[in-house]
Amino acid sequence: MKESLSLVQRFSAHPDSRCWFVSWSPNGTLLASCGGDKAVRIWGREGDSWVCKTVLQDGHQRTVRKVAWSPCGNYLASASFDATTCIWKKKNDDFESLTVLEGHENEVKCVAWAPSGNLLATCSRDKSVWVWEVDEEDEYECVTVVNSHTQDVKHVVWHPNQELLASASYDNNICVYKEEDDDWECRATLQGHTSTVWSLCFDATGQRLASCSDDRTVKIWKDYSNESGQELPWKCVCTLSGYHGRTVYDIAWCRLTGALVTACGDDAVRVFKEDETASPDEPVFSLAAQVTKAHSQDVNCVAWNPKEAGLLASCSDDGEIAIWRFQEEH
Amino acid sequence: MSGGARLENANPVIFQRSGERLLTASEEDEDVHDPIDDREIFDLIRSINDPEHPLSLEELNVVEQVRVKVDDAGSTVGVEFTPTIPHCSMATLIGLSIKVKLLRSLPDRFKIDVHISPGTHASEEAVNKQLADKERVAAALENSSLLEVVNQCLSSRTM
Repeated sequence: MKESLSLVQRFSAHPDSRCWFVSWSPNGTLLASCGGDKAVRIWGREGDSWVCKTVLQDGHQRTVRKVAWSPCGNYLASASFDATTCIWKKKNDDFESLTVLEGHENEVKCVAWAPSGNLLATCSRDKSVWVWEVDEEDEYECVTVVNSHTQDVKHVVWHPNQELLASASYDNNICVYKEEDDDWECRATLQGHTSTVWSLCFDATGQRLASCSDDRTVKIWKDYSNESGQELPWKCVCTLSGYHGRTVYDIAWCRLTGALVTACGDDAVRVFKEDETASPDEPVFSLAAQVTKAHSQDVNCVAWNPKEAGLLASCSDDGEIAIWRFQEEH
Repeated sequence: MSGGARLENANPVIFQRSGERLLTASEEDEDVHDPIDDREIFDLIRSINDPEHPLSLEELNVVEQVRVKVDDAGSTVGVEFTPTIPHCSMATLIGLSIKVKLLRSLPDRFKIDVHISPGTHASEEAVNKQLADKERVAAALENSSLLEVVNQCLSSRTM
């Protein structure tokens, strides 16, 4: 079996600026990007090429760090260094600003929608994670502020089917939160990385979590809560080291194929495949394909298309987005 | 910093500035490709102003050419700087100024790592981690008052 990662298209997305993040719409037809130019851009496929459909300017005063689509695909949230999170509502082919979520003391680093679409999480350099509730009238209310980290919170991500939230921080730890009597509480602190944890993602089932760090490693964590009933049911079952030359900024687990992809500060994009014969308690991942000069500068984000298996987007400090196809030849 | 505030290190040792770079015949030959070398990086950072004293980082021995490592082919630059005292509260600002100077001067392909010389500062690890975090650096540079302080360190000064 031979795998390959081939370039489909490359385009300048945030000229003279950094492209920080890309996110596919739930149906996989649109790609949202954000960057140092304070703008959010929406990209769509026209024939063989990707074109900019809309630019959302005026929403933020500073860098837009992350964007997230609601599970229904009708809303977009953007998190900015200006301490706010904007909610945009899709109207035909355009987006209108619906509301601005304020409260964080400084840079909002990430925003994520729960699978139900009724909850939203944000995190910030102010060390806190906020959970917001959304009602039918599009009103947003903060229900909890959790301060479980001792430093900036870099990333938040929801479990694919449970109301379980995980966060990654500059304090080298990962926290997993659950709702308890209308309050969100940190139920587990995952320690193991020796530097900033930049990003996190769950696998399709939600039983495993992959994390990536400034310590140049990727770790796979498994949830043992059904088996043990222990205090800390998450355990690190695998560490991928020796592959990445610099900080690993992002990681994405394909819900369709199970392939794991990383974005690295050494300009490379790498795809890892799991050895299906290995024990689930000691999973083995091997490098299936890599592009060492995927971008001319740091790769900040990687995202698998949710509908088209193997279609991948990456973005970089060089302001570009690249679309890749990961193929397994049998 | 300047003015009435009390200085953290009131009497720093002042070092001699190095001379101008001596150009070799091949460097003067327009047809020969000159790789970026340690001295070139050192020349970019040696005249950065200290935030506290009317002196350059070279005059305070905060930067030295032997603590600059460039790999032109590998596109990496590493700079170690030595705060004048182990509790210098300006260490992060000095490191940030060095980093910004190099980010502005070098081609985008370079990976720039700025660290405190090992064992010379009480908060070495914390400062190094902050300087290595490009998200924090990007956010700091969007802060106009901090950017102004950095620009003051980088402004040219009459010697």
